[in-house]
Amino acid sequence: MSSEAVATASGGPRARLDRALRHAAVKPLLWALLLTPLALLIHGAATDRLGANPAEALLRGSGDWSLRVLLLALAITPLREALRLPTLARLRRPTGLFAFFWCSLHLLAWAWLDQGLEPAALLADIAKRPFILVGSLAWGLLAVLALTSPQRVARALGGARWRSLHRGAYVAGLLGLLHFYWMKAGKNDFGEWAVHAAVLAALLGWRLWRRPRRAGGPR
Amino acid sequence: LAAVKSAVAGAVTMERPTSRADVTRYNNFYEFGTDKADPAKNAHTLKTRPWTVVIDGEVKKPRTLDIDALMKLAPMEERIYRLRCVEGWSMVIPWVGWSLAELIRQVEPTGHAKYVEFHTLADPKTMPFVGSRVLEWPYVEGLRLDEAMHPLTLLAFGLYGEVLPNQNGAPVRLVVPWKYGFKSAKSIVRIRFTAQPPRTAWNKAAPQEYGFYSNVNPEVDHPRWSQASERRIGEDGLFAKKRPTLMFNGYGAQVAQLYTGMDLRREF
Repeated sequence: MSSEAVATASGGPRARLDRALRHAAVKPLLWALLLTPLALLIHGAATDRLGANPAEALLRGSGDWSLRVLLLALAITPLREALRLPTLARLRRPTGLFAFFWCSLHLLAWAWLDQGLEPAALLADIAKRPFILVGSLAWGLLAVLALTSPQRVARALGGARWRSLHRGAYVAGLLGLLHFYWMKAGKNDFGEWAVHAAVLAALLGWRLWRRPRRAGGPR
Repeated sequence: LAAVKSAVAGAVTMERPTSRADVTRYNNFYEFGTDKADPAKNAHTLKTRPWTVVIDGEVKKPRTLDIDALMKLAPMEERIYRLRCVEGWSMVIPWVGWSLAELIRQVEPTGHAKYVEFHTLADPKTMPFVGSRVLEWPYVEGLRLDEAMHPLTLLAFGLYGEVLPNQNGAPVRLVVPWKYGFKSAKSIVRIRFTAQPPRTAWNKAAPQEYGFYSNVNPEVDHPRWSQASERRIGEDGLFAKKRPTLMFNGYGAQVAQLYTGMDLRREF
């Protein structure tokens, strides 16, 4: 038993919080939380409250949430360790899957609302524009991670291989950030982008800083 | 704002005008914020009286005109123009104003005048985002003199029969219907005639994305999106296919001759 587990097994507010995280309602709550923006977008679209250009609002909204939820998924392990709440680990997989879900909605919004679901137009757009290509690559990477996320698959792949594959989540984050950068570059408007970049830099920095100390240890 | 239907060729499209609500709530006017809902929220601080417009540079009769005098310079006309934004959406807007050519004739450009520059007000007290680093302020746009003289080039003072709402560029703005919307400078305080091509706001910010001419052209894509089609605001449903964008925004019959012999892919 690690020292961490010992610390939380004894009483105290942190242990109680960790136990509370094991409650059956926590995962449904996470689902509700990560689906709320979607409910708001759908409600907005149905009641004509997304402004004059609802297609643009859906495209941008789904893109924003893709990046946000991906950063949240990447933040779970650092938070688990920093706050010493081992049960947070249970929320990592569903949060990561939600990042893929949002990214898929974003891809669908682009393919349908922007490109009219024309296969030729979609392929041409990807081939022609690095902006679109990089976004599509991020989605493809998240798709691979989603498909390999069940424990069965992880076991079949072997722990080490699975872990290095799933560090691809950081690559997806970087691709997403580059895609977002290009989108904002047109308007020289980097405030929002800088916040996302700082979060990803901090998470990546933490990961690199931790590595030598816990070499070989479980992640 | 009383006006007569314009007799200028191409000045009154038969297409259905975009609702006044959309025209006045979905705007790009970065001096009031970069979100398209921002100008409608923030532009109430703009003071449109007193307002003067300086006309100078390569002209024989430079003038400084009070806005109310400027408005009386020529009879007001109603013109219903398509507006195509470089971002891939479009509207149909009933403007009120008169051809810029009326003013240009009165100030008599010199033989050196080749271009016309339009300066938007840049007042940090009434325009909260003039300090932002998105663009260089003041917002400057420009046309070649023959483009500025074209009868379709409109100096607009109103829309939907009323004076311009602040967020649409009150009290006076330019409307050049065959070019992307950003070419049509809003809230103009200075019109300057020059021998050299003006250094325009978006061209300075991203020259590879926004050329000096910026004529609507379905064959020249923006680096991040295609310009071949567009979404008509308030008309094309969420799942409707976007409509094809027309060369010169459909004003080719009137304006194509301005560009004979030019390679519009290179001079975009």
